[in-house]
Amino acid sequence: MIPEIGHFSLILAFCFAIVQGTLPLIGVWQHKPMLANVAVPAARLQFLFIAIAFISLDYSFYVDDFSVLYVASTSNSQLPIMYKLAAIWGGHEGSMLLWVSMLGLWTMAVTIYAEALPQTFKIRLIAVMGMVSIGFLAFVIFTSNPFERLIPAALDGRDLNPLLQDPGMVFHPPVLYMGYVGFSVAFAFAIAALLDGKLDITWARWTRPWTTVAWVFLTLGIAFGSKWAYYELGWGGWWFWDAVENASFMPWLVGTALIHSLAVTEKRDAFKVWTVLLSISAFSLSLLGTFLVRSGVLTSVHAFATDPRRGVFILLYLVVVIGGALLLFAWRAPKVGLGEKFDVVSRESMLLANNVVLVAAAGSVLLGTMYPLLMDALGAGKISVGPPYFDAVFVAIMAPGLFLMGLGPLAKWKKASLPEIGARLKVAAVISVISSVLVPFIMGKMSLMVVVGVFLAFWVGSTSLILLANRVKSRSAATPNLVDNLKGIPLAFYGMFIAHLGIGVFILGVTLVKGYESEQDLRMEINDVAKIGNLNFTFEGTQTIKGPNYESQQGTFTVTKNGKAVAVLHPEKRFYPVQGSVMTEADISPGVIKDLYVSLGEPLEKGAWSVRIYIKPFVQWIWAGAILMALGGFCALADKRYRARNKKLSQGSKEGEQEAHEAFAS
Amino acid sequence: MKKLFVVLLLLANAAFAGVAKPLADDPVIEARLKAMSRELRCLVCQNSTLADSTAPLAEDLRKEIRVLMHEGKTDQEVVAYLVARYGDFVRYRPPVNNETAVLWFGPFALLLIGAFVLYRVLKKHAGNDELKGEDA
Amino acid sequence: MKRTAKFLIPLVLFLIAVGFLFKGLFLDPHEVPSPLVGKPAPAFTAPLLSEPSKRFNTADMKGKVWLLNVWASWCVACREEHPALMEMAKISEIATYGLDYKDTDAEAQAVIDANGNPYKEIMTDADGKIGIDYGVYGVPETYVIDKLGIIRYKQIGPITEQAFFSKILPLVKALQT
Repeated sequence: MIPEIGHFSLILAFCFAIVQGTLPLIGVWQHKPMLANVAVPAARLQFLFIAIAFISLDYSFYVDDFSVLYVASTSNSQLPIMYKLAAIWGGHEGSMLLWVSMLGLWTMAVTIYAEALPQTFKIRLIAVMGMVSIGFLAFVIFTSNPFERLIPAALDGRDLNPLLQDPGMVFHPPVLYMGYVGFSVAFAFAIAALLDGKLDITWARWTRPWTTVAWVFLTLGIAFGSKWAYYELGWGGWWFWDAVENASFMPWLVGTALIHSLAVTEKRDAFKVWTVLLSISAFSLSLLGTFLVRSGVLTSVHAFATDPRRGVFILLYLVVVIGGALLLFAWRAPKVGLGEKFDVVSRESMLLANNVVLVAAAGSVLLGTMYPLLMDALGAGKISVGPPYFDAVFVAIMAPGLFLMGLGPLAKWKKASLPEIGARLKVAAVISVISSVLVPFIMGKMSLMVVVGVFLAFWVGSTSLILLANRVKSRSAATPNLVDNLKGIPLAFYGMFIAHLGIGVFILGVTLVKGYESEQDLRMEINDVAKIGNLNFTFEGTQTIKGPNYESQQGTFTVTKNGKAVAVLHPEKRFYPVQGSVMTEADISPGVIKDLYVSLGEPLEKGAWSVRIYIKPFVQWIWAGAILMALGGFCALADKRYRARNKKLSQGSKEGEQEAHEAFAS
Repeated sequence: MKKLFVVLLLLANAAFAGVAKPLADDPVIEARLKAMSRELRCLVCQNSTLADSTAPLAEDLRKEIRVLMHEGKTDQEVVAYLVARYGDFVRYRPPVNNETAVLWFGPFALLLIGAFVLYRVLKKHAGNDELKGEDA
Repeated sequence: MKRTAKFLIPLVLFLIAVGFLFKGLFLDPHEVPSPLVGKPAPAFTAPLLSEPSKRFNTADMKGKVWLLNVWASWCVACREEHPALMEMAKISEIATYGLDYKDTDAEAQAVIDANGNPYKEIMTDADGKIGIDYGVYGVPETYVIDKLGIIRYKQIGPITEQAFFSKILPLVKALQT
């Protein structure tokens, strides 16, 4: 009964999506307020029914209803409750439902928080969200119905892939999808503005916070995924340049570019065409990612069971949504004005240069991801494009961009002078050069990669600090008290500061772990000691333990430094009987300076085991950096003036506009 | 209390503790193998490198590579050996040739074109007196 | 007009990408074409399953068109392929040789005893060395080798009816004349 309610709700949601996506547009076009005004209620009802469907499916998981095919194939009666509820997005059908639910959630948020937007714009916006939703709901209902019955019911489920039985599974997909799908709002803003034929500052100003929220989620989602891979896959990697990782990384890069170009558009009413194109691209890349994962055109760790029908369906959907958007773009863009004037050397131009770099970087990821497919389609043979390619090309493109990142925020709006920027950067340059020599010296090994990486990390970090110092200094005459001074700086500024600092932290982490990680494959008998640097890893043996739905050989390793205990690690080799699979669960002792990472290989003769021990210096900084970036985004969103001004602006207050300019003038 | 226990345990162990031996007989070759197999793709479970894969074929190939290295083959020769059997597909680092020129140089071309276009547009933008906000 | 054309670039690029993606839907990313096709089949000698003291030698196959089918008792897809091989042996004159890949003789023999023998001879490759030389990465795989000992075709995965009648059979016939 419950699954049928879910299925039926999904169909109702589909109907409301059709209403939401069509009638309001007709209403606006034909000047029929009656029709136009269905937008908000239809959107909310759509969300309500999606929510019912989602809860129904989760309920089916909760009560182990194995007469539902999807539940039977991704859950099991022995599965811990937390994973049962997460198993809802453990397979194709459910994760598509999650996708649609996120879209519903964003639409709902738009109907609530876009209250103050001009009426017709708001209606168009919601209608575009509805159109995006129609396609995806149709996809779920017609090709990927999670409520399909299994008759007769299975006695027990086939279980969630043990690889996914991890707390990471609970957080990673929803947060990532929240970000992925969140770009649909920026997309809808762009389309609504193009339909309106009016791209102006208001549009940019409204798009900005929505884009930032989506970007924050995407940043966190990618970071969670990376962290998960790090401890779950058992070989200590944190990024694999896998097709699906790339699919989430491309929208992130373009979304980052979008956040920066929105700043220019908002301030100077300029480069609107470019900003609109980025808004469309960010979401298009999210959709492309979905296509790549679901259609099986690329091999990936994330690949779902594939069905060519699904591939054709999504591709058709891409053609309609992206093709339609780009057609509208080609039609409207030529009429868009140029906006205000600014100099070739200015904050604006720096932000746009950053855009060129980010887009070229996204281009390299796209090219690398798609190239095997291109070659194959052209009959030129099969090739693989993997980490060595991306490490070389992507990094080479990003490096100058990171250098620019130090300059940009120090340049004045409208017209900056290079000598002046240079003078402000002297200290940063000195700090960065010294660090880039000193750090490898302390770590004991010099390489070009480390020198450049450390230089860039300190460059980004120190320029951010100098920026803050300058800001404080310029205000010190008016507000001599340092605390008051710091308090008086808008949160939006801190947002940028923290996010940029996060990039520095991230680069430092990546550089040091890549430059100085070590790995040992050992054969260890009980009581054997492995000496790595000044650490002694003692293997105390293994014991059999029983988990809720697995059996495990758990090893015990004590780590000592100069005779003092540092950590006790329990890596496991788990056996999951339902799927008959063996999982390696590494154990990690995380630290600011380094992670100790031990994973059990195979049992050898006489109670010995093959053991892998990794030392991962500064690896935690990678995720700390990502979290700082996200925190920066939150900070910018929390800026009171930023929120207040939206309200004022919609009332047409000139005052609000002035204030808004100040908030972002740094 | 727990700490004391650990210390005692350590002391007890110290008496007959052995030193862990490297899994491989020849650490030099093993290091070469590891560095090389990171850039090679496992054909069976196509999403992991030859270094990380646990597939039997990957195990066999690692064994074969060790043998080749013992015979004194250089890294290039070993990669050539694999490419002759499985094609360029095994290389995560695609070779630079006519077919992959776009892959290797395309992104840099994009960067240069982007920079050039941006410069032109900025120049035009800055010199356009019709734009408003000259002295705002 | 020129002003508008510029704005069509994104759409055009997108449509080109769609073309490739569409084509991609009908390609199998797991299938890796062998670089050995068109090259001489690696020479080997291997013990026979039926009589381990005797050895098969590729040199003896000069002048013949033959199929080398790589299989194993532990391979599920091979068991699916087995009836097709039996059928092939019945309806055509194709000489199919089996290479028992990374298997034990007893288990392989048991499969043959139970399901019949479609092969002229079965060679054993217990340590998988021959498999590596042939670039085997997923059994079953089948190579069509011509009179000069050149590999002319490689079937990855089970031989399907379609593959047999549209590719293998015509190719073998053409090579034999």
